[in-house]
Amino acid sequence: MPLAYFLRTALYEQCSAFSLQLVHNWYEIHPSRLHTGDDTMNTLLPFIVGAIGALAGAALFARSFRGKQRAVVGTAIGAGAGAIGALLLMLPLDFCMFDPERKTADVIFGGILIVVGFALVTLPTRALALRFLLPRPTIMRGESGAGAYRGAVLPWLLLAPTLIVLALFLYYPSLDTFRLSTLLSRLGAPRTAFVCVDNYTRLAVDSDYINSLIITLAMSAAIVVIGLTLSLGIATLAFQPIKGAKIYRTLLIWPYAISPAVAGVIFLLLFNPTGGIINYFLDGVFGFKIGWLNVPAVAPWAVIIASIWKSIGYNVLFYLAGLQNVPNDLLEASAIDGATAWQRFIRIVVPMLSPITFFLVITNMTYAFFDTFGTIDYLTGGGPLSSTTTMMYRIYQVGIQNNDLGKAAAESILLFVIVIGLTALQFRTSERQVTYGA
Amino acid sequence: MTTPTQVQDTLENMLVGRDTARFSWIPRRWYTHLVLIVSCAVIGFPLFYALLVSTQTNSEVYAYRFLPGSALADNWNFVFNIAHIGNYMINSALIAVTVTFGKVLLSLMAGLAFVYFKFPGKWLVFAFVLVTLMMPTEILILSLFRFVNSLGWGNTYLALIVPFIASATGAFLFRQHFANIPAELSEAAQLDGATPIQFLFRVLVPMSWNTIGALTVIQFVYVWNFYLWPALIIQGQERQVIQVGLRTLAGGDVSTSYGPLMLGAVVASLPPLIVFLLLQKQFMSGFALSRDK
Repeated sequence: MPLAYFLRTALYEQCSAFSLQLVHNWYEIHPSRLHTGDDTMNTLLPFIVGAIGALAGAALFARSFRGKQRAVVGTAIGAGAGAIGALLLMLPLDFCMFDPERKTADVIFGGILIVVGFALVTLPTRALALRFLLPRPTIMRGESGAGAYRGAVLPWLLLAPTLIVLALFLYYPSLDTFRLSTLLSRLGAPRTAFVCVDNYTRLAVDSDYINSLIITLAMSAAIVVIGLTLSLGIATLAFQPIKGAKIYRTLLIWPYAISPAVAGVIFLLLFNPTGGIINYFLDGVFGFKIGWLNVPAVAPWAVIIASIWKSIGYNVLFYLAGLQNVPNDLLEASAIDGATAWQRFIRIVVPMLSPITFFLVITNMTYAFFDTFGTIDYLTGGGPLSSTTTMMYRIYQVGIQNNDLGKAAAESILLFVIVIGLTALQFRTSERQVTYGA
Repeated sequence: MTTPTQVQDTLENMLVGRDTARFSWIPRRWYTHLVLIVSCAVIGFPLFYALLVSTQTNSEVYAYRFLPGSALADNWNFVFNIAHIGNYMINSALIAVTVTFGKVLLSLMAGLAFVYFKFPGKWLVFAFVLVTLMMPTEILILSLFRFVNSLGWGNTYLALIVPFIASATGAFLFRQHFANIPAELSEAAQLDGATPIQFLFRVLVPMSWNTIGALTVIQFVYVWNFYLWPALIIQGQERQVIQVGLRTLAGGDVSTSYGPLMLGAVVASLPPLIVFLLLQKQFMSGFALSRDK
């Protein structure tokens, strides 16, 4: 069969090219690294760190399993997970930040990485251990066996395309980003050099980077707070049983389908300094004009307004869906008790909507961090004077335009850490405040 | 089926003299309409104005005429015959349709495996997929760029399709939906001797049109609006997508002619708007089902 032969050859070539690339990538780190002087400390370090990790892991698990069954097994697993976790990020880096020629900041950074690796491994392991080692009180739906098909191969065949795509195009690039962030690497240049954590420590003193961090946080705060407040107000009105409610709803949610890039294009027309319609109105009504796109203090607001306009449809849509869950009886009862419309809104509607608000804060934050790229690229190009250069826009500038892949990869990792951190913070604060309605 | 509480509610409504079953939280006043009309107008204005400008010449734009201008034919000619926007539109359509169709299919398959099969290591696979929810593609875009180039896929449609054809969102949307379908159905199907694949296409798919509609809207809009990735991986105009192709109309900083640019922006927004408005009902109810968990 010529076709089968062709497919097999193509697949083989693709796979072998890929695995060679993989092996080559992982080994190219180490030859460039110079081991200087006698380093008894360096050979002992992995064992010391591993032992401390094992002790800490054992202590953590012993506490979680106190007074429960299989405490000894749990503690042993904890010790193993702790050791692996403490070494997780250090072994690929070969403990480079503890080399004699390194500065104190690098050593502190190394310490932080050990703790992060420890947490990354032990916390999920603890959750799994608590679930699988202890007798389970409840059986989850779908696992009870009711209506389940039996089969060893078919489920894997069904899942294989999804798993392969996720592994190749999400997991592998994620790991590669970590590796890239420790290299001095140029696009198209065949050679790379291992630079330990220099790409990260360089950022700590880079005022342009700090600037982009502040701009990103401030702009996303404005997009989330203003956007969600407006959307909630509009959605509440559009939810009322009034004439034409359906038409209003459609006219409010369509910007969901507009792309961030097109939003940038359209607001370029509205805001442009020479013939922009918004300045024409301002001039006619108030007698002044605003340099929307050429004054550094104003340009972020141009991006914020365009982004809120683009995301308002999505937000209104989800608030409309959420409002259907607010129980009528509660509102009627409070109306009979004499609560005003405003009191009902603040005391009943807003708390009942908090799960949706929580979800929307996270999606809008992600939108502000990443999807504003298209809007910014058309509207301001990151200017004037870098006043609209968000972290994502900077990653593109540093990595592609300035061709510094290692530094851009380090910025990507830090952005990832910030997004995960803010999301986790959201989860923690919302645990107390979010009301999950019946 | 009416429950006792519903009967009670209806009775109460009749006694109090309310005309609709749903209680209006806000006194029905004229200003509800006013605020909504103003909101719709403000939200609609940018696109409406872009539509007007797409028929105007630059000098008409600077004269601020709120009437259709004289240059629609010229602008149309420039956009489609000189800038070849149609070519970009075809590329975007090809990619958006392929990814949407592929993702719906792969997500249906993953949902079937997650809900209707017992197999060893299921929780591990589940965790493997779940974790990807936290990995935004944008963050790993530089590594993805290097990897896709090393596969020799630079400047091809494959680079725009394959990395995005599977996602945790889709798999979990169907997992959620299937988990709410009574187990008796699959038991009956098994008694009748239906294979899992037959069960998927004969029983589950017909029951899932709302979820499929919701995922179709999300994916079509998402892929149609791709910007950064195609700008990186596709060189030249032949295979470029519309969002990046609009760049050819934007001209330099000073010399932008707004008419063609706005015509391009409006034309570029039509396909996702049409898909969204056509499937709006499925989109809303597909989400109403899956929202609560």
